[in-house]
Amino acid sequence: MKPTRHCGLIARARRLAAAAALGAAAGCATVNGDPRDPFEGFNRAVYTLNEGFDDVIGKPVAGGYREIVPAPVRDWVRNFFANIADIFIGVNNLLQGKPVEAIQDWGRFAFNSTIGLFGINDIASDMELEKHNEDFGQTFGRWGFGDGPYIVLPILGSSTLRDTAGTVLDIIFDPVRQFKGKDARYFLIGLRATGQRADLLAASRILEEAALDKYVFQRDAYLQRRRSLIYDGEPPRENHGSRGPATAASEIGDAKLR
Amino acid sequence: MRSCVERLLAALALAGLASAGSAQVTAPDVLVRTVTLEVVGILSTDKEIQAGGRRKVIELIEAKVLPHFNFATMTALAMGQNWNRATAEQKKKLTEEFRLLLVRTYASAIMAYRDQKFEFRPLRAKATDTDVTVHVRVLQTGAQSIAIDYGMEKTASGWKAYDVMVGGVSLVANYRTEFNNVVREKGVDGLIKDLHAKNRALDPGAAERTK
Repeated sequence: MKPTRHCGLIARARRLAAAAALGAAAGCATVNGDPRDPFEGFNRAVYTLNEGFDDVIGKPVAGGYREIVPAPVRDWVRNFFANIADIFIGVNNLLQGKPVEAIQDWGRFAFNSTIGLFGINDIASDMELEKHNEDFGQTFGRWGFGDGPYIVLPILGSSTLRDTAGTVLDIIFDPVRQFKGKDARYFLIGLRATGQRADLLAASRILEEAALDKYVFQRDAYLQRRRSLIYDGEPPRENHGSRGPATAASEIGDAKLR
Repeated sequence: MRSCVERLLAALALAGLASAGSAQVTAPDVLVRTVTLEVVGILSTDKEIQAGGRRKVIELIEAKVLPHFNFATMTALAMGQNWNRATAEQKKKLTEEFRLLLVRTYASAIMAYRDQKFEFRPLRAKATDTDVTVHVRVLQTGAQSIAIDYGMEKTASGWKAYDVMVGGVSLVANYRTEFNNVVREKGVDGLIKDLHAKNRALDPGAAERTK
């Protein structure tokens, strides 16, 4: 990495941190003292910044992409990046002690990259090779690391201390970053981000409607979702604890008897 | 906090009601499959809905989906410990406002439906179970399938859903923190007011019609 670029990043991070601290001071009144979210004031400030960024750049670009690019082409784009991601989904399955799933992931990559034309067609799913969802954050979770405090990352959004560590590894090993040629690499990273945001346009509209407090709604959904993903959709039931989505199952049992 | 005896009695009463009506009830997994396929069938053929007719979608939900949900249980679960502090009148209002909010949200969710395929998982439950989870998968291209799980309980009027989990995110659990925060700050009436305001903002006409 060139030193000049590094400095620019740090300066940007400083400005962001300063803005966030300002926001945090203003947002203190709304802090609810949730034990899972000790930095709520700071997180809310970053969340507000992210929302602003999304309103100005994310949503308009994603909306334009949906307008201009026809649906079948968007499917190709989604499949192309999903195929590349299967390599490290396999690695993570292996790290989690699931070799059969890892082989399925690499099998998917082999078929989709060849017969599926560089991954733009997901023929492996038609062959009953199921797509998985894994990343380094989930692997750490599987290894027994707890969430740690909830953190809202600039641009990237919801995370936890554990998932932030995972995301750093996801980025370091991101196959798209290995593409030779700076322009091609930036184009692909931009295209992937645009496509992902476009796929979430409907979801963010629903969030807008469903939530009384979008920040809280999104945070709780994120924490529940990650827990579900770590256990591949079958998290163990928890018996104790007074709050938090993780204890929903036992509370449902309780409330029904009242 | 109620006494153990009271709880036990309540549970027994519930179990009694359930077994009394168990002669000819549609199995929960069959119910979910039938309703889903019927709604999806209408969604993909109705011209008005495809042109973005939101009102039509809401009518569809109210006619086909709502009868299979138990909104009182849903609201109680979302309220958590605060439910017992609410008066009967407050409970009624909360349930109504929460129902309205969920219908509006649900309408937006199913309007985003675009011919995805469903996979209905076989039910793993005993015949005597009165509380089951029905598993459905939505298959999509280039992404892991989305799990939709319905928490369902057996009642005197058939099986009713009391929670929906999308991708492992329980709807009632997700509302619990939100509700809890508002109740702590503004009380139960404050929550009713907030929900009412939210519903009015989403659909200015609807909140009035239900009065």
